Amino acid sequence: MSEELICITCPLGCRLSVDRQPDGGLAVTGNRCPRGVKYANEELLAPRRVVSATAAVEGGAACSGNPGGLCAVSRLPVRSSAAYPKQGVPELLEAIYALRVSLPVSRGDVLIKDFKGSGVDVIATRTLKRVE
Amino acid sequence: MKDLTFDSVVIGGGAAGMAAALELDRAGFSCAIVEREEALGGILTQCIHNGFGLIEFNEELSGPEFAEKIEERLAGTGITSFTGATVMELDASGDIKTLYCYTGAHGVMRLSARVVVLAMGCRERNRGNIRIPGDRPAGVYTAGLAQRLVNIEGFVPGKDVVIIGSGDIGLIMARRMSWIGCKVHAVVEILPYPSGLTRNIVQCLHDFGIPLYLSHLTTNIVGRERVEGVEITPIENGATRYDKAFTIPCDTVLLSVGLVPENELSKMAGVELNPMTNGPVADSMLMTNVPGVFACGNVLHVHDLVDYVVEEARRAGAHAARWLKGERPKAEARVKAGPNVRYCAPSRVDLHAANKLYMRTLIVKNDATLEVKVNNRVVKSVKKNHIQPSEMIAVELGPKDLEFAVGAPDPVVELSIS
Ligand SMILES: Cc1cc2nc3c(=O)[nH]c(=O)nc-3n(C[C@H](O)[C@H](O)[C@H](O)COP(=O)(O)OP(=O)(O)OC[C@H]3O[C@@H](n4cnc5c(N)ncnc54)[C@H](O)[C@@H]3O)c2cc1C
Ligand code: SF4
Repeated sequence: MSEELICITCPLGCRLSVDRQPDGGLAVTGNRCPRGVKYANEELLAPRRVVSATAAVEGGAACSGNPGGLCAVSRLPVRSSAAYPKQGVPELLEAIYALRVSLPVSRGDVLIKDFKGSGVDVIATRTLKRVE
Repeated sequence: MKDLTFDSVVIGGGAAGMAAALELDRAGFSCAIVEREEALGGILTQCIHNGFGLIEFNEELSGPEFAEKIEERLAGTGITSFTGATVMELDASGDIKTLYCYTGAHGVMRLSARVVVLAMGCRERNRGNIRIPGDRPAGVYTAGLAQRLVNIEGFVPGKDVVIIGSGDIGLIMARRMSWIGCKVHAVVEILPYPSGLTRNIVQCLHDFGIPLYLSHLTTNIVGRERVEGVEITPIENGATRYDKAFTIPCDTVLLSVGLVPENELSKMAGVELNPMTNGPVADSMLMTNVPGVFACGNVLHVHDLVDYVVEEARRAGAHAARWLKGERPKAEARVKAGPNVRYCAPSRVDLHAANKLYMRTLIVKNDATLEVKVNNRVVKSVKKNHIQPSEMIAVELGPKDLEFAVGAPDPVVELSIS
């Protein structure tokens, strides 16, 4: 039985049909170009995703201007430094939600280093000062 | 009252406003940015997902990173930023324009300038705009408002979610809500095709097994105090099949049904609007019909990529600087949206300069052709692998393409897609 997949490498969005071969390889049809084969292999054998989320800030709130104003910033946006294996994403999210980041923090600061030996870090994506 | 004078004032400190201000400053003109939020960055600060900056920075960044990288370019310039300051009135009738801003720090502030750049961004269409029947229970949010609540303020608006409209913001929020532990039960789209990118359909819906109901009309939002469900009805061969309507239980509804340029101030200043974009009609210098008032970014027309916003805003800033130096286009042609084109921006091209136009198509098609006609003569034809209404198309037109228009009375450039 073949598996259906949409290639998202370019906007054409080819609908791929993929059959698993006895030797473990994949037979791909429906692709308009070779990148579709590469996509199918990555997506079915080792799918990865960039994860973006927010982390809690220690002390509750942060703000670059006036506290309690329109800018009630209470979460720090973060992301994985590279794509992370898809089936491990829930675990990575748990680790992000367990963080309590103390301010100040700068964009690019590593909050979790080399998660589970994957080589992927979790980094801050915004600079937040401490509220005085 | 604080009363200040600059060569130029930019209204809005998002990606567009910052990029336009940088060009004015670079050309040697004094410039102030007025931003109503406490921080610069605009809508980008709440778009924490990846996918910004491939063109501008050659890497995939999240919204906040993109905004900060642009903001860092302001350091060391002469640009003055007023944050927490809302422009409430714009009088652009004279040579010197006057802006009245309300600020927490200084009370009312008056700014005067010869040039004003409109960069106020856009707002989301809401329930009133699409007329969904039913009571008015709590739990109905626009997708962008939910994005702000979740990503910046740390509130989760509900647990069981239905998203109406398949725009990209809604799709991105489907993944976001799933990742914070909510259950997204459906995305409902009235059209037969999704309005968001395929990439987002795959990574934000398929990854989580979220069903997408295409050709389905939302016929009721059920619930008195709090949302209890959404009734949806299939559309088959143009007929709404009320006999097949069904209800999806939920406690929260997110609307992702389009964006409209913020245009209160534009109207107040007497700026003519294009009914297709709801943004100003702009000439080849990205100037509105009011001399000295320019527009760029989502306030001009809704863009899908911030990289394009920045590119356009940079041109607006550079044109505004040229205008301040007294430069004017020698000859322009009108730009007309031809078959299968919803709109083009700007509405005029300069016959003696390099022009960049953005347009949106009305159709979904592979192997399409974009054709440019000058006074009914085809001057350019470009093959496009794939086009769809949600993806903006860029076209460049130079003096060579436009030479037939030179000297013609009321020349017209028509863009069409087949
Ligand atoms: C909810 C949402 C999600 C999006 N997601 C993506 C995405 O995933 N990827 C992508 O590439 N693009 C995305 N976009 C597109 C995005 O809008 C553009 O990429 C870009 O950020 C728009 O920049 P802008 O400067 O034109 O507008 P904005 O960023 O909206 O900036 C306008 C600024 O003007 C200020 N302002 C308005 N009126 C006044 C006033 N009267 N006085 C003072 N200040 C005022 C506002 O506070 C705001 O800061 C998204 C847009 C929205 C609305
Ligand atoms: S297979 Fe090639 S042409 Fe088709 S969507 Fe993928 S990258 Fe694009």
